[in-house]
Amino acid sequence: MTSLRVVIVGASIGGVSCAEALRAEGFGGAITVLGDEAAPPYNRPPLSKQVLTGDWSGDEAQILPTSDLAALDVELRLGVRATGLDVRARRIELDRGDSIQYDTLVIATGVRPRKLAGVRRLPGVHELRTLDDAADLRGALGEGTRVVVVGSGILGSEIAAAATKLGSEVVLIGRSDRLRLGQVGDRLSDRLAALHRRGGVRVISGSDVEAVLGDDRVEAVALADGTTLPADVVVTAVGCLPAVEWLASSGLDIADGVICDEHGLAAAGVYAVGDVAAWRDESTGVARRAEHQLNAIEQAQAVALTIASGKPSARPLPFFWSELFGARIQAYGTFASGGPLTLVAGDDSTGTAADRFVAESLAPDGTSVGVVGWNSPRDFRTARARVGSIPASSPPELVGTSKGSLS
Amino acid sequence: MHVTINPDICVGAGQCVLAAEDVFDQDDDGIVVLLDADPGAAQHKAAHRAASLCPARAITVTDDA
Repeated sequence: MTSLRVVIVGASIGGVSCAEALRAEGFGGAITVLGDEAAPPYNRPPLSKQVLTGDWSGDEAQILPTSDLAALDVELRLGVRATGLDVRARRIELDRGDSIQYDTLVIATGVRPRKLAGVRRLPGVHELRTLDDAADLRGALGEGTRVVVVGSGILGSEIAAAATKLGSEVVLIGRSDRLRLGQVGDRLSDRLAALHRRGGVRVISGSDVEAVLGDDRVEAVALADGTTLPADVVVTAVGCLPAVEWLASSGLDIADGVICDEHGLAAAGVYAVGDVAAWRDESTGVARRAEHQLNAIEQAQAVALTIASGKPSARPLPFFWSELFGARIQAYGTFASGGPLTLVAGDDSTGTAADRFVAESLAPDGTSVGVVGWNSPRDFRTARARVGSIPASSPPELVGTSKGSLS
Repeated sequence: MHVTINPDICVGAGQCVLAAEDVFDQDDDGIVVLLDADPGAAQHKAAHRAASLCPARAITVTDDA
């Protein structure tokens, strides 16, 4: 079946990758990409890293020159928001009152930051998802700025590290007792907390934010235990919600993002990729979202192949990376069914950002379900191949928690 | 085919080496190293795949006109 017109809603990495991959797979029909932001498509991972520290300008985060998309005969429409979907009529309603027809739809609308209850949007209160958010936050950070970052996930950790690098005095508050790192979960919590402390970040775990205080702008953060922290800047990084409001009356299952089969199909002629998409796992039957750049790229390529050729392809395993206080951290796999990390290469004994090691998480049957690389990209790359298989060698040495605090 | 890389934006994921080990390598910091800027026809598909899988989009592949 030929697909005459593919419309991709979302012009971030998932949407753009899908358009490129469709052409790479030989798709000859029309391709339109809609994006609700005015800025040309950009990569989000640098926003909390190089862009926030000012090492990169916003332009350097751009995914590709928009002329490259034009050269692929991809129509890019920016500053347009989809407001509704009629699956039966294959029509998308747009915020300008008009609509657009499709033969095949790819939903790549991503996620938006979750709002924290009790936090008013006073001047000085920030979140970080878009290029504009990054520019605003960058402008607010500086030498001696008192910053409170709320969130025990990787985004909160990256913002805290970047703000510290800019000379700010940073407090990192997490509702959880443990710091989390993407799909690795809390397995590196002690080590991350030590990194923050060494870097000068004050970490307050297991604490709820009650309110943001201030009249014209933020002045302090009140915690549930009665503590008050003075603050010039407050950043909330408490997770994201899938951007599916526009699909509310579409009839699609949007229980947690767009629920899809194991190949990204949500309904006849409708696919979803990237952060917004919950693809069913073939082995567990559970549909789960993954908020990772490479997941978006690989899902987009898989869906493009399906659209162009009718051939479904394998579900990708999540890969993600971070940079904290100079440590380059990489992770591959799902980790969910795995135990604590065990060392497979290198040395984790100093507990500092400078360590170089690779560790893996094993399922009860000995299968490697996830690998973490810490400043060890080459060993990490080799170890990736172990994921999904049972190591033939003797059980790896358990990492001691007393010295390495790798827990 | 001509391949160029931008090591300044490389994040060391190693996707390129997994996709096309005859064209790309990583240095000790994981940063991309170009082994063959003008790979032969047998490597073209793999080189394209490497470029498309790079999470930092640090690889540009130009096909001969």
